[in-house]
Amino acid sequence: MRQPTRCPMTWAAGRVGAGRPALGLGFALALGLAFGVPGAAAAQEQPILITGATILTAAEAGRIEDGAILFENGRIVAVGPASEVESPSGATVIDGTGKFVTPGIVDAHSHIAADAINEGAVSVSSMVSIHDVIDPTDIAIYREAAGGTTTSHVMHGSANPIGGNNAVIKHRWGADAQGLLLQGAPPTIKFALGENPKRAGSPSLPGQEARYPASRMGVMDVVRQAFIEASEYKAEWDTYRARVADGDRDAIPPRRNLTMDPLVEVLEGTRYVHAHSYRADEILQLMRVAEEFGFRIHVFQHVLEGYRVADEMAEHGAHASTFSDWWAYKMEAYEAIPHNAAIMTQRGVNVSINSDSGEEGRHLNQEAAKTMKWGGLSEAEALATVTINPAFQLMIDDRVGSLEAGKDADIVLWENYPLSSYARVRTTYIDGEVVFDVDADMAMRADIEAEKAELREVLGEADEDDDTRGEREPGRRPGGGR
Amino acid sequence: MMPRSGNALGNITYDRIDTMVKSVVATAAVLGTIGFALPAEADAQEGGTFAVQGATIHTVADGVIEGGTIVIRDGRIIAVGAEVDIPADAEIIDGEGKHVFPGMIDSFSSLGLTEIGAVAVTNDAGELGRWNPHLNAHTAIHPASEHIPVARANGITHSMVAPGGGGRGFGGGGSGIQGQATLVHLDGWTVEEMEIEKTAAMIIGWPTLSTGFRAFAGFGRPAGGRSFRRAQERFDEEVAEMDSWFVAAEHYRQAVASGSSRVPRNIQLEHLSRVLDRGMKVIVRANGWREIESAIEFAEKWNLDLVIAGGTGAREIAGTLAEKNIPVILGPVQRLPQGEDTAYDDPNTLPGALHEAGVEIAFATFNSSDSRTLPYEAANSVSWGLSKEAALEAVTLGPARLLGVDDRLGSLEVGKVGNLIVTDGDPLEITTEIEWVFIKGVPSDLDNKHRSLWEKYNGRPARRVTTTTT
Repeated sequence: MRQPTRCPMTWAAGRVGAGRPALGLGFALALGLAFGVPGAAAAQEQPILITGATILTAAEAGRIEDGAILFENGRIVAVGPASEVESPSGATVIDGTGKFVTPGIVDAHSHIAADAINEGAVSVSSMVSIHDVIDPTDIAIYREAAGGTTTSHVMHGSANPIGGNNAVIKHRWGADAQGLLLQGAPPTIKFALGENPKRAGSPSLPGQEARYPASRMGVMDVVRQAFIEASEYKAEWDTYRARVADGDRDAIPPRRNLTMDPLVEVLEGTRYVHAHSYRADEILQLMRVAEEFGFRIHVFQHVLEGYRVADEMAEHGAHASTFSDWWAYKMEAYEAIPHNAAIMTQRGVNVSINSDSGEEGRHLNQEAAKTMKWGGLSEAEALATVTINPAFQLMIDDRVGSLEAGKDADIVLWENYPLSSYARVRTTYIDGEVVFDVDADMAMRADIEAEKAELREVLGEADEDDDTRGEREPGRRPGGGR
Repeated sequence: MMPRSGNALGNITYDRIDTMVKSVVATAAVLGTIGFALPAEADAQEGGTFAVQGATIHTVADGVIEGGTIVIRDGRIIAVGAEVDIPADAEIIDGEGKHVFPGMIDSFSSLGLTEIGAVAVTNDAGELGRWNPHLNAHTAIHPASEHIPVARANGITHSMVAPGGGGRGFGGGGSGIQGQATLVHLDGWTVEEMEIEKTAAMIIGWPTLSTGFRAFAGFGRPAGGRSFRRAQERFDEEVAEMDSWFVAAEHYRQAVASGSSRVPRNIQLEHLSRVLDRGMKVIVRANGWREIESAIEFAEKWNLDLVIAGGTGAREIAGTLAEKNIPVILGPVQRLPQGEDTAYDDPNTLPGALHEAGVEIAFATFNSSDSRTLPYEAANSVSWGLSKEAALEAVTLGPARLLGVDDRLGSLEVGKVGNLIVTDGDPLEITTEIEWVFIKGVPSDLDNKHRSLWEKYNGRPARRVTTTTT
């Protein structure tokens, strides 16, 4: 079932941390000025060796005290005790004494870097994709990288029972929309259960028309009806292909249905379902509906009551991507407990902790640490919830999620222990390139101030009396021109 | 099974706690009556004698005592030190390897005012209308809220519970006088048992200087925003409106003071007039430095005892705040920077910058369900310039000072109320276990909705698989 995910490095991006400051770019766009596309692709120029650090590998090697990691051409070459990793000539050597190294954090549920999230006008919106609305100018890409996040699953929203298709990006700040994509990541689709997809059935605004469904019965019905239709559509295509294979030159292909195509992929096991869910009952019901049609719910997202049906989830083969400790913000989150991740883990479910937020995505390391407090996961288990487990859930674990030779050089160098409320990132690398560095960031601030001063001068005192400065053209927004 | 965050450490067993809890119940029942008669003693109830022996005691006020002992009797701390005589009747908690801290204070929360964010009928944090100086959070605090034991179990022992504004919940809801906040112990059968200061402060939402810029049209409004000049005019109008309420309050006070029998009672002005001449703390919710500056000017005009809450832009006028002795209750540190071009770590560096400038700071969650994360808000400033000691103080003694109750709360000193936590380490660190919480001198129940559900479902028998599914 698992897909080969290795692919050539296709992203074309400017190096961030050199040349035009990354924050400066965001600022320029905020003023609606276009400074042009950053420079051409530049692969990691020379090998980098971080040595003397405590390395938390999120792999079999576990925790390596006084360790070293060598990466070159965007890939990890060696990880091990400092005494065993040799420094090739020309390598940049970074003293990691007193510091920690982890894999880049993988966020299995994000909504950053997208210009639109919900296509909520219909109950089934499987015809739309986040791939079409990737926004490479979203400053969240950089800010999350400054918190150690290097890969994000950018998801459609939860407005409807069957939502749109999602995208997996790397936080290659400075790259264009295409360059952000983690090419080769298996396709996924968003489903949603419970209060959010029901909301359109009970409109709160006067004059707004109700849209089916309005109950959990209706939500499950929408899913079932869609897969009945998808099964029939698939059968039409199967028949057509069989006729063509038999040499039937008169076979007429069925009319292409873009809503059904992704659902057929779900039935065929080539597109993976990520289902937004809260209550245990709806989690169970969706697994049973999927079983009716012979497919699997790959990941339950949020899944705040997963702790009540963890055995059933493990049996079905569903993974879980949840929050660390949010609760009570809505009725279906009232029975959420921070021990959720631990209970599901201990009962054999693969669990990740996600952000669902451009703020939370800046400190997923701390959110992972909470699984040690609530329910007693080990350091390795806790770190896994934001590294190798989400990578496994997105089926990109042969590329990212742990520090092992051959994997992408997505690496975080921490000033101090990462599974802590005191943690702070020093440097974040993606494909061996610096996407965030404390010193580079400080340098950028000076550049930004200079740039602001320049812009103030350009806008000038003439504008001071201009009464229309706040009134922009309708439809234009800071960072516009997208 | 031994719950990880349980009480069953030291030499007191669960059975013993049951007995203690029962005696506390009985004591509380009796004192409910006495407390009514003697309100001045309401925050120091009789509850027996307890000693934590041989622990590292972080007094906050007076350094750290290694191998120290702290004794609580009848609700108050009666001894702290390395050489302390333990009364014969004391219940002793073995403090070896343990740490004792003052309980933490969430300086601004909606604990007890809101239960389920999206369910309107469970929310009592905000009222309709913009001018509600006469409303008090105390009236609506729900002592049985599930949020309170959840916060308490992570070492939060007190909070200032504040009303929000504008009938739109706790989020702020624009400018206006939002009502009075209540300072409570996070334990008690009724709000009367919880309260420390029924009226801790008047909460005011300051007008915001904003163009109200919107990128897209929708909900009957066009895209775009007002000009900066119009934004300033609108701001000035709102401040003038605020001012008119204070003028009215001043006139009302003078009229009442004149002794005239012809002054009709106006409950709004009656309450608002109490803040004049520093009669009550005035906590102004303001973020931008221009708004803060405007609030300072206003407070000076009316001689108000000003505290700023929020303060994301306070760095710009830190010197003024320090010079004028105006404290800041900081909004969450785990928030996004204000502008696209704001430094990524601006929220993290702000507390240290203000502290360095000499501004009194306190951390707060401005939340209810997240109140337990208060210590992490403080910790998230430490790697960005705030010392660990200052961070700890900003969730203990700092807020006590800021709210004017540092004679009773905030540090481990003889004579103060017996509010403390016993931990296996630094309470600002995520993985630290809170093993005991003492509120008003007696051990608090650390059970809560989350622990109960965890125990219940952790104990679910493994499912017997009888059939294979497709």
